[in-house]
Amino acid sequence: MFQIPVVGVDELAAQVPDGASLSVQKGDERDVPMALAHALIRRGVRGLHLITLPTAAYPASGMMVDLLIGAGCVDSVETSGISLHELGAAPRFTQAVKAGRLKVLDATCPAVYAGLQAGAKGQPFAPLRGLIGSDLLHHRSDYRVIGNPYAPDDPIVVVPAINVDVAIFHADLADAEGNVWIGRDRDRLLAAHAANRVLVTVDRVLPGCFFDDELRAAGVIPASCIDAIAVVPGAGLPLTADGLLDLAEVRRYQRAAQDDATFEDYLRTEVFARVPQAA
Amino acid sequence: MDTAVEARPEELYASVIAELLVGARNVAVGMLSPVPGAGALLAAHLSGGQTRLTILGSRAHSRFTNGGAELFDRAGRGGIDAFFLSGGQIDGHGNINLVGTGEYPQTEVRWSGSFGSAYLYYLVPRVVLFRWEHSRRTLVPQVDFISAPGSSPPGVHRPGGPVALITNLCLFDFDRARGRFSLRSVHPDHTLEEVRDQTGFDFDAAPAVPVTPVPDAARLQALRGPVARQMAGIYPAFAERVFGISAG
Repeated sequence: MFQIPVVGVDELAAQVPDGASLSVQKGDERDVPMALAHALIRRGVRGLHLITLPTAAYPASGMMVDLLIGAGCVDSVETSGISLHELGAAPRFTQAVKAGRLKVLDATCPAVYAGLQAGAKGQPFAPLRGLIGSDLLHHRSDYRVIGNPYAPDDPIVVVPAINVDVAIFHADLADAEGNVWIGRDRDRLLAAHAANRVLVTVDRVLPGCFFDDELRAAGVIPASCIDAIAVVPGAGLPLTADGLLDLAEVRRYQRAAQDDATFEDYLRTEVFARVPQAA
Repeated sequence: MDTAVEARPEELYASVIAELLVGARNVAVGMLSPVPGAGALLAAHLSGGQTRLTILGSRAHSRFTNGGAELFDRAGRGGIDAFFLSGGQIDGHGNINLVGTGEYPQTEVRWSGSFGSAYLYYLVPRVVLFRWEHSRRTLVPQVDFISAPGSSPPGVHRPGGPVALITNLCLFDFDRARGRFSLRSVHPDHTLEEVRDQTGFDFDAAPAVPVTPVPDAARLQALRGPVARQMAGIYPAFAERVFGISAG
């Protein structure tokens, strides 16, 4: 028996208010909710503050974040890297930074994780090695250097906790209770623990309960951490159901995103013209 | 030797990288690093199981089960022996810039971002720098933005840092005490003069600089066989271009 609401992807998008802080995953697993990003663009969400956990630099995540930026949904982004991975730069991101239309809070990956871990525990901040002497530190007024309280002459950086308004991600499977299977990828569990609201797309719902299977249980986000689920087969594109990357799809996006006119065409044909089927 | 003309540039670089990894037990390969990935796969192949790899973005080459933070947690405890970093700019002090050129934040050129550099550069003992465009615009006297510094003042916790820089022209060693690069070898068909012309920072060089060793037939076979097949699942565009094979 499902313990959480199952909705359509446009209803999921309706739960992301304008101006929300929104966390997105790094895209090395099938964790990128492309169909939800499309729905957010269709609904015309504005003023988002994106936090990439810790980057959006695999093809799927880079493409989704670039698309949201290009569509005008995003005011600011905290990130350790945005790109289309080996295919090159994320075109709309690069253009928005140069035009001064996008505020970037540059981070380094472990600082994002440290902030999330603090956020997940309800603690105010976390200490982190490194960073001293990096210009990242100069430009992040929220990163501070303190003295190690347990040892003399040992400066160390502290970063504030990250608690976003909404975490969005994709997963292959939910069970009949609404528990979501993520396998080995603990990042989505961490994101869910640190967010105030968790919206998930899945490809399929399986009967039964994942916690009944000891081999599966460790890779599950409990339904109690999740606020709503949309069942959207293929929502994780451009990663196919078997986890492979549809390289041609990302290249097609990359070409389209090179200039304003072709990007608008892409939005029209790939986002606005694709009204989702009810699951 | 015939193989000298047969080896593609990426195969030469991968072979050099494999040499730099000899003896490393745990090697991690980060984002946007196809050539280091190939070099690390070759090193693991040649090590007979002594070198273990983690390649970010590859399920087949990850034994982590605690999410993306696990790499950083392990590095914090000294558990990662070698890693790779690049930079849109790299300067003669080993500082790297992954953010952009010009005045931050509205930079003239914007790159993807600093990734884990501002942490791993401090903590991983053997960091190999790479840059496949060796020119005065990439190898500069002073980077425009320090994503991560090449060295740190006394009192800052810094067990790690750069050991070498490999480019499309040559291989440099990095002297941490002096904070300077010295030329170890020049790749076949290139010269010391060319390296001097194309390098924006000052470096040390002996009067006679050796030629970078080219991969022998066995290494080329490994690169084009098992390494290429594994690369196709991680960097499909690279594997397609360099090895002519596709995933799946």
